[in-house]
Amino acid sequence: MASSDSIRDDVIGYLRAHARKSLLRFIACGSVDDGKSSVIGRLLYEAKSVFEDQLAVLEEESRRIGTTGGKLDFALLLDGLSAEREQGITIDVAYRFFSTEKRKFIVADTPGHEQYTRNMVTGASTADAAVILVDARKGVLTQTRRHSYIVAMLGIRHVALAINKMDLVGYSEQRFAEIRRDYLEFAGRIGLEDVACLPISALEGDNVTAPSPRTPWFRGPTLIEYLETVEVDEDRMQRAPLRMPVQWVNRPDQDFRGFAGRLVSGILRRGEPVRINPAGTQSVVTRIVTRDGDLDEAVAGQSVTVTLRDEIDVSRGDVISAPDSPPGSADEFEAVVVWMHAQPMLRGRSYLMKIGAKTVGATVSPIKYRINVNTLERLAATRLDLNEVGVCGLELDRPIAFDPYAENRATGAFILIDRMTNDTVGGGMLRFALRRSQNVHWQAVDVDQGARTRLNGHRPCVLWFTGLSGAGKSTIANLVEKRLHARGVHTYLLDGDNVRHGLNKDLGFTDADRVENVRRVAEVAKLMVDAGLVVLVSFISPFRSERRMARGLVGEGEFLEVFVDTPLEIAEGRDVKGLYRKARAGQLRNFTGIDSPYEAPERPELRIDTTKVGAEAAALEIVAELERRTLIAAE
Amino acid sequence: MRTLTHLQRLEAESIHILREVVAETERPVMLYSIGKDSAVMLHLARKAFHPARLPFPLLHVDTTWKFREMYAMREQVARSEGVELLVHRNPEALALGVNPFTHGSAVHTDVWKTQGLRQALDRYGFDAAFGGARRDEEKSRAKERILSFRNAQHHWDPKNQRPELWNLYNARKHRGESIRVFPLSNWTELDVWQYIHQENIPIVSLYFAKERPVVERDGALIMVDDERMPLAPGERPMLRKVRFRTLGCYPLTGAVESEADTLPAIIREMLLSRSSERQGRVIDRDANASMEKKKQEGYF
Repeated sequence: MASSDSIRDDVIGYLRAHARKSLLRFIACGSVDDGKSSVIGRLLYEAKSVFEDQLAVLEEESRRIGTTGGKLDFALLLDGLSAEREQGITIDVAYRFFSTEKRKFIVADTPGHEQYTRNMVTGASTADAAVILVDARKGVLTQTRRHSYIVAMLGIRHVALAINKMDLVGYSEQRFAEIRRDYLEFAGRIGLEDVACLPISALEGDNVTAPSPRTPWFRGPTLIEYLETVEVDEDRMQRAPLRMPVQWVNRPDQDFRGFAGRLVSGILRRGEPVRINPAGTQSVVTRIVTRDGDLDEAVAGQSVTVTLRDEIDVSRGDVISAPDSPPGSADEFEAVVVWMHAQPMLRGRSYLMKIGAKTVGATVSPIKYRINVNTLERLAATRLDLNEVGVCGLELDRPIAFDPYAENRATGAFILIDRMTNDTVGGGMLRFALRRSQNVHWQAVDVDQGARTRLNGHRPCVLWFTGLSGAGKSTIANLVEKRLHARGVHTYLLDGDNVRHGLNKDLGFTDADRVENVRRVAEVAKLMVDAGLVVLVSFISPFRSERRMARGLVGEGEFLEVFVDTPLEIAEGRDVKGLYRKARAGQLRNFTGIDSPYEAPERPELRIDTTKVGAEAAALEIVAELERRTLIAAE
Repeated sequence: MRTLTHLQRLEAESIHILREVVAETERPVMLYSIGKDSAVMLHLARKAFHPARLPFPLLHVDTTWKFREMYAMREQVARSEGVELLVHRNPEALALGVNPFTHGSAVHTDVWKTQGLRQALDRYGFDAAFGGARRDEEKSRAKERILSFRNAQHHWDPKNQRPELWNLYNARKHRGESIRVFPLSNWTELDVWQYIHQENIPIVSLYFAKERPVVERDGALIMVDDERMPLAPGERPMLRKVRFRTLGCYPLTGAVESEADTLPAIIREMLLSRSSERQGRVIDRDANASMEKKKQEGYF
C-alpha cells in the first residue's frame, strides 16, 4: 500500500523506510466456502501486489468462470496448478507475498477440506500467526475446530478469527458475538490464548484494510492492522536460550575452522563461553564471522559462522548453546506425529529422523493413541494412516540435543524419512524425553560373545530365510541345520509357524502385527547370536524395512539374508498347506503375495532359485557360504 | 531486542538453504543465468561459505542467443575470485543451428534450455542444482517446494511433492535422481531490487535504460543485438530508450520503454508499474499453464 506520490517524489526516502520493514509469515485456513481465497486475493489486490496484466486475466476469468456475479473473483488469483484449476479447488500449499509500509508478508495458503491435514501442517510449521476463516452464516464448524487444533499443536501463538461474509448477515453485532463466544470457549480448551475476532467481508472489503462504517460497534483492528502489529516469532525467540545447530564445518585451510549455522533462538556474543551439545564440551566464541565483517553479537534468525578458542570436536548436527542453559540430551522420546504418507506408520518400524541439522535412526515404539482432530478424542491405535495425528514413543540409535517443541519449535521439530524411498513420511514434535533409557542401564557381563565363540569353535550368525509362503524356506533351513549339527555347530531354528504358537500367539496378520512379529523374532535371534549360536530364521518377513531392522540388531557380517526365490505361480501351484486356495477364496485375508505385498530383497547374501536348484543342493551351497565367510571351519 | 529486517531474514533463510544442500548432497552446482536473480544468488552463496571458496561450480546453459552484454558479464564473473564457471551448449542444437526464428520459441527453448540443462546435469553428474526462480514469478511456482525433487528423467511431479515442514529440508535421493533447489523462493521482485541496491551487487547494464536499436513485433520491443536477427522487408531498427525487466535470449525478450537509468529509478519504475515481470517473456505466453508443463518436462 505504497503511496504513489511519495515514491515518485522521493524513492531514496522510500527505500530507506522500506529497508526497515519486518517480515511476518502467516497461514490462512478455511475452506473454499469460507472465502479464504477471496480474503487473500483482496489483501494482494489492496497491497497493489496484483499487476495490470494479471488483473486483465483476472477480469476475463471472473467473467468466464467466476462465482461472484460480475465482481472480481479474487479467489481466481490464487489457483496455481492447472489440474486444480479444472477441479476448482486448491490442492496444495501455495505461498503468496505482499507488503505494506510496515511489513512484508508471506502467506501460506492451504486447503480446507478434510483429507489434507498434511498441507495445513506444512503451512503452519513456519507461520508466526494464523488467520482462521469462518462464514458468518455458519459459525464455528468441525473444520474450524480442526484447523484451530492443528494451529495450536504447531505452536502458533497468535490467531485471528476472521468472521467473513458479514454482509450476508446484515453486519449483525449479535451474530458476531455468538460466534466469538463459541470460538473463545473452544480456543481456551486447546490452549490458544491470544485470539482476536474480526468481523469482515472480503467481497465488500469491510475491515480488511480499512475500518468499515457498517460495523460501528466494532472497536478492534482491521485484518491488515492486526497483521502489521502481531509479534513475529523470531523476536520472541531472541529472549529464549541460545541455540545454534551447526550446519556445515567451514575449513578453507589449516588456519581457519568455523562452524556455520543459523541461530534459532537467543543471542550469541563474542568472548562468551558456549557448550557443544549433546557432547557437553565447552569453549569460548572467538569470532562471529560474516562476509560483511565480524560481528560482536548475532541474534535469532541470523546465519553466521563461529570460531571457537579450543580445538574441540564439533560436527554437523551439534547444537551450540550457553553453558548454563543447555538443551536436553536423550535417545528416547514421546512425540506427537502427523503422518503424511499413504504407507502407514507402524509400531516397530525404523525411519530416519531429521532434527535440526542432524539425521538419526528412529524406531517407533508403542503408539499411545491417535487423536481425532475433529473431536479431540484419543483412540487406541497400532498404526497411523495418512493425515492422522498420534502420540507415540521414538527410540533413536544415538542421543541428540533437543528441546520440547513447546519451548523451542526449531529444536523440538523433526521429520521422518522412509529409508527405502527417501520420502518425507511424517512430521513431529518432541514432547519430552523418556527417562526409561537412562534408568535401565545395560548390564555388562564378564562372559561375552567372544568367550563363547572360543568355546564353541565357530562364530555365531543369523541365517535369515525370506520368501513367499510355500517357497521352500523351512525345508531348506531344516536341511542346513541338520548338516551344521552333524559338524558340531551349535544351532537353533526359529520357524515362523512355530513361533506363532507361543511367543507371538497374540499377533495376527495385519501389517502392524507382521512388523511386531518380525521385531520379536529378530530380538530373540539377536540374543541367540550373543549366546554364540548359528540361528536359522525361517520367516516370510515380507517387508524390507523389518529385515533391515533385524540386520541392524547384530554385528557387521553376522547377518546373512537368504532369499528363497520361488515365483508366486509355483509356490501357489505347490500350496502345501492349502493356504493359497483359502486366500484366493477370500477366506484368508492379508496373505502375502495375494492381497499383501512381498518386497523382494535387493541385495541378499544368497539367492536360491528353487526353479533351478533343489533343496539339498541349496543347503550345500549355504553351508559352503558359511565356510567361505569363515563363520564355521572348512572340513 | 533487535528485529531483523525482511531482507536480513530472507538473506539468512537463503544462506541456510545453500548450506543445507551443500552439506547433504554430493555434487551440487549453481545454475547461473547472468540475470539479476542469479547475481543475487551468487552473492548469497559467497556469504554462505565465506571465507571458503564456493563449494560448487557455476553452470551456464547457453543458447548462443543471449545478449552480448550478458556474455561480457559472464566472462567478468568467470574471472572473479573463487569462481569456477562451466558453460554447456547443447551440441545437437549447435549442429542444427536451432534458433527462435526458424524453429519457433517453443522448440528453441526446449532444445537449448530444457534438453541442454538435462545434458549438462547428466554429463557432470550433478545431483543438486541451485536455481534463482522465485515463487512470486508465476502461479505454478507458488506451489513448488524449495527443494524440488526430480526423477532420473528429470521429471517433476506436482502431485507428488515431498512435504516441506519447518526449515527441515530432506535432500535424500537415490542414485540418478536429483533435486532443484530454489534459495530465492520467498523473495519478490522488489526484494531482489532492494537487495541489489542495499548490497551494491553488479548486474548487467541491460537493466538500465539506454538508447538501443529495437523493432516492434507482436506488441513487444525486440532489440536487434546482432546481425543474425532477420528483418522483415521494410523493417528498420529504431533507436528507443529502453531497458529490460528480465533477461533471456534477445529475440525472445521484450524491452520496455523507460527513462530509468539508475537503481533507485528502476525501483521507482517498478513500484509504479502495473505489469508483471514475466510479461516480457515470450515463452510464457505459448499456452495456458505452459510453465507448469515445461517444468514437468525438466525445465527449471
